[in-house]
Amino acid sequence: MTEALLDIAELVKRFPVGNKRLLHAVDEVTLTVGRGETVGLVGESGCGKSTLVRLINRLLDPTSGSIRLARTELADMKARDFARNPNRKRIQMVFQDAGDSLNPRYTAADAIADPLRRLRRMSGAALRERVDRLADMTGLPRDLLTRFPHQLSGGQKARVGIARAIAVEPELLILDEPTAALDVSVQVVILQLLQQLKQELGMSYLFVSHDLNVVRLLCDRVLVMYLGKIVEEGPAAEIFADPRHPYTRALISAIPQADPDKRIGRLRLGGEPRSPIDPDPTVCRFYGRCPKGEPRCSSEMPVLRTAGPARQVACHFA
Amino acid sequence: MTAVPALAVDDLSVEFRTRSGTVKVLEKVGFEVDKGETIALVGESGSGKSVTAFAVMGILDPAGRVTAGRAMFGGSDLLAMSERDLAEQRGRELSMIFQNPRTALNPIRRVGQQIADVLVRHGGATSTEAPRAAVEMLKKVRIPDPERRAEAYPFELSGGMCQRIMIAIALSCRPALLIADEPTTGLDVTTQAVIMDLIGELAHESGMATIFITHDLALAAEYCDRIVVMHAGHIVEAAPGRELFSQPRHPYSAKLLAATPGETASLAELASIPGGLPDLRRSDLPACRYSDRCERRLDDCTRPLPRRALGERHMVACWNPL
Ligand SMILES: Nc1ncnc2c1ncn2[C@@H]1O[C@H](COP(=O)(O)OP(=O)(O)OP(=O)(O)O)[C@@H](O)[C@H]1O
Ligand SMILES: Nc1ncnc2c1ncn2[C@@H]1O[C@H](COP(=O)(O)OP(=O)(O)O)[C@@H](O)[C@H]1O
Ligand code: SF4
Ligand code: SF4
Ligand SMILES: [Mg+2]
Ligand SMILES: [Mg+2]
Repeated sequence: MTEALLDIAELVKRFPVGNKRLLHAVDEVTLTVGRGETVGLVGESGCGKSTLVRLINRLLDPTSGSIRLARTELADMKARDFARNPNRKRIQMVFQDAGDSLNPRYTAADAIADPLRRLRRMSGAALRERVDRLADMTGLPRDLLTRFPHQLSGGQKARVGIARAIAVEPELLILDEPTAALDVSVQVVILQLLQQLKQELGMSYLFVSHDLNVVRLLCDRVLVMYLGKIVEEGPAAEIFADPRHPYTRALISAIPQADPDKRIGRLRLGGEPRSPIDPDPTVCRFYGRCPKGEPRCSSEMPVLRTAGPARQVACHFA
Repeated sequence: MTAVPALAVDDLSVEFRTRSGTVKVLEKVGFEVDKGETIALVGESGSGKSVTAFAVMGILDPAGRVTAGRAMFGGSDLLAMSERDLAEQRGRELSMIFQNPRTALNPIRRVGQQIADVLVRHGGATSTEAPRAAVEMLKKVRIPDPERRAEAYPFELSGGMCQRIMIAIALSCRPALLIADEPTTGLDVTTQAVIMDLIGELAHESGMATIFITHDLALAAEYCDRIVVMHAGHIVEAAPGRELFSQPRHPYSAKLLAATPGETASLAELASIPGGLPDLRRSDLPACRYSDRCERRLDDCTRPLPRRALGERHMVACWNPL
């Protein structure tokens, strides 16, 4: 494997939720992203994907653990100091809720120009030219550049968010559901653009998405998260062809299908999800919803173990 | 069947005034939704799906104006109703799930209270029983630890959870018509399946009619009775989901399907749709707003668009369909 660009070890984030209780949003997560690699992060809504991403991007301070970007430790730095750190422009982010993350008083052009002004000190004609080019690259019609976020449709706002993030050509681009608000046609453009930028600039991506078809097509490797923990990891093609963890299986079987024949043998998860607040360290997080679930699952937490070359799974029976 | 549809939208046109001119965002939009039926509204972003929903709900941006049309619902025209009557309907009979859950929720009120408020106002619950019923709703939309989550403020919840709170609010008054604007965007597919089943159950039990706005064609085909395809403010095709997948008739529908990542083996196999939506400020907008992007254009295509019926439930607005 190539040298890891991002190397995360035993990363933990707990949110206090009153009465000394703690919500375990990210629980001892270890992962790497290689240079030029695209890693997909999937999992149930609320399982901690965005929290993990905000830790990496240093918008949040971790409870413990390490985050290294090309051997520079970022975890010790306070979130509020990171904005002025030279490492800032090496990681850029495309947010979930494209609309929310745009300043309502900035036009699309201002929003795209902002990181170029701040991190690249660009101005004048050069800046305008770069903004136009970024708009073209992301398929945003130039005549929309003078509009404010409330005058743009969801997909148009998402394009502004992506144009803004790639403006300073970061090494690591973290995308939190970047195409969720995009229609399929623009999505194709954006995904092909991301693939092209990756080849041209050697950018690495951490790609959070609920669209498993997209993850399958774009990502080299996939991480599956469930209630704060990584439960399965491996090459994208293998995970989709042969999911091992019962949660991954349920996830893949729930991909919407237009063809009724492809819906046969669907797994539907029953039961109640376990609480992420002070979870019992001796019970599998998926216990209670897992179609398999055996007594051992409620007395011993499964840990990630090797399940083939480049594959890991955290289940006693996978 | 001659049953009256739950909602019949006819000839709906909407314009927006902007600094750079008038935008003709919707033109002669028409569709029906039967009681208990779920229809999907699909199309590129900017094609007017949300504006259609806002117009029907009577919550258009102040810059927008309905220039023509009717939306018949329970014997009255929603577009002609006073703001007061409409507000009354919106609480009880009409419900909407918005595209952007976080901004639609009140940021300084606990989510459980927000659901309880709706239950008291429109769901016939007393203020003593409402908090319990709110927790029940949270359970239904699969929020883990619902008792505690009821006490949370929106910022403490993930995007997907806010989405589920919105869904709980919209469903708690058991509306006759639900408009769901990309309700499961931001949800994982297992949770999405639960939500879609829940909407389906309500439709089945209480005859709720649903307009489901999405750009996920496979999702639309799996859960909706019919798919209505919009392009640049026009309805270009309407058909049952399977039929649309196996035999799209409008050139635009076919292109949409070719851009959808389903069984495709690589990104390169997917094709985006050439060109973009036309500038809707143009005064010389062509009769077919897809014509600048269309490979099947004929000389005839400059004539006013036909609405061709291809069987009982399939309609295409095109002079040279596939
Ligand atoms: N500021 C906060 N205070 C308390 N709990 C929080 C806070 N932020 C997030 N959480 C909790 O942390 C957990 C993980 O949230 P996160 O936003 O990372 O989920 P996610 O996996 O990104 O979900 P989605 O797919 O819905 O976006 C959730 O249980 C959430 O409620
Ligand atoms: N307040 C507004 N002022 C001007 N144009 C608007 C406004 N709201 C929406 N539009 C335009 O109307 C068109 C349809 O938007 P919308 O209904 O949000 O699309 P979608 O199909 O993605 O839901 C877009 O071109 C959008 O830019
Ligand atoms: S350890 Fe047990 S409960 Fe957990 S995923 Fe495996 S079988 Fe299911
Ligand atoms: S009416 Fe003509 S231009 Fe329009 S979609 Fe049909 S063939 Fe193409
Ligand atoms: Mg998230
Ligand atoms: Mg919309």
